[in-house]
Amino acid sequence: MAGPNRADFWNSMMKIDRRIIFLFIFVAISVPMFLQIQLKIPTSPEVESLVATLDKLPDGARVLVSLDYDPGSEPELQPMAETFFGYALKRKFKVIVIGLWPQGPIQAERAKPIAETQAGRQFEYGIDYVNLGYQAGNELVIQRMGSSIPQTFPVDYFGKPITEFPIMQGVTNFSNIDYVFNLSAGYPGTVEWVLFAVDRFNIVLGAGNTAVQAPQVYPYLGKQLKGILGGMKGGAEFEILTGLPGRAVKYMTGQTFAHTIIVLFIIIANIAYFTTRKKEQGGLS
Amino acid sequence: MKREIPMIIAGTVGIVLIIQYFIPAEPFGTLNDVFSDWFSIIQASAIWLGALNLIKVSGDKIYRRHKDWPYAAIIIVSFLVMVIIGFFFSGGRRFLDPGTPFSQMYDYVYSPLTAMMFALLAFFVASASYRAFRARTREATVLLLAAFFVMLGRVPLGDMLTGWLPRWLHMSEVASWIMNIPNIAGQRAIMIGIALGTVSTSLRLILGIERSYLGGE
Repeated sequence: MAGPNRADFWNSMMKIDRRIIFLFIFVAISVPMFLQIQLKIPTSPEVESLVATLDKLPDGARVLVSLDYDPGSEPELQPMAETFFGYALKRKFKVIVIGLWPQGPIQAERAKPIAETQAGRQFEYGIDYVNLGYQAGNELVIQRMGSSIPQTFPVDYFGKPITEFPIMQGVTNFSNIDYVFNLSAGYPGTVEWVLFAVDRFNIVLGAGNTAVQAPQVYPYLGKQLKGILGGMKGGAEFEILTGLPGRAVKYMTGQTFAHTIIVLFIIIANIAYFTTRKKEQGGLS
Repeated sequence: MKREIPMIIAGTVGIVLIIQYFIPAEPFGTLNDVFSDWFSIIQASAIWLGALNLIKVSGDKIYRRHKDWPYAAIIIVSFLVMVIIGFFFSGGRRFLDPGTPFSQMYDYVYSPLTAMMFALLAFFVASASYRAFRARTREATVLLLAAFFVMLGRVPLGDMLTGWLPRWLHMSEVASWIMNIPNIAGQRAIMIGIALGTVSTSLRLILGIERSYLGGE
């Protein structure tokens, strides 16, 4: 390649039209959906810790699941909800669902049948599963639950008094809950559960977060937070460790291709940047 | 009195909520429950206020033929359609019950549209990363390297490329180290700063020094 032509080439590599990048990303995400590629997904200590805590719970333990997200975060968080419900069915956990976001309890109702189909078993409503719905008040709902769960949620998602349900018998506050699992996409979410429920009422908490939010909750990992599922990767690891492979494992192929494309574009941009800068400096001297 | 009464309410509630955190004995426990219930009621009322405000702002845009008025019209129509379907077309069931028209609108319209908005981020993040992650300065190079290792370390490809190296040099291990050491250090510094700011602002509110939340002059 001649000198000026090479300079033009690297200059053009610095200014790739964003529509070309969009096209590459579209192909990277959509094509793997039609391929049967199974990538080996290594597991991380934060997910292993979450699953180890779950494994230590006795069969039939009473768990509270707070779904604090909306459909915008569904691709990352919904597979985690499905896997958690599947695991709960396997271990015969008593599952109490709530939402600090209005859409959370609806997301639970969408995840439940998928988990039931996968597990080949159904939750018996009111006996081993209940959806208490949404309650306005953000972190103060958590604080209120610390003194009384039945007073905070007097009726369930379908408008029935919660005292009717056998699963709620003997439940007064967090002291009657063995484990809390929170799926969060922002505020109110995992940070509020740590500050208002873990620090004050000593609950055992595990969380699943969007990849964007996960770095913010890492400082709580260990003593306050018994494991994190970070983004799609965390969801996929959760599926592998619980032996319930689902959508996150499948979507990881697309994410791998997309990340690779982004990294390649970044590398190209930097090579172009240094090549053109070298030439400009050479020209100036 | 227009300013004094809200200030007294804010100060009293603030002080009680702080005390009950450290002294969970009566009457602070009961007061905490009462104030928490108040907050839930106020927030639930604010949802209605928000809905009415949405209609007012969007209605104004349509009335004044603001340049984006068609979008405002779509907002109002979408809002009313969901409300009317929820209230009047649930066939004697609760609007949230599976199979109701409201539930179907949620599943087949609202949910895909919201997920689509979020999915668009993937395209913009890719384009923005290509333009922003350039090793122009030392700080930018550190950011670029962190992004490079985390992006590859969070997908199986990273370990496939570095599988022949010692375990601690595997891409997933490097990404994990970045998340657990420099990330946590930075996040904790930010959190401590935010916490100190929150404490000082809260004290100013409770003591009535900060009054901007009251509005007015």
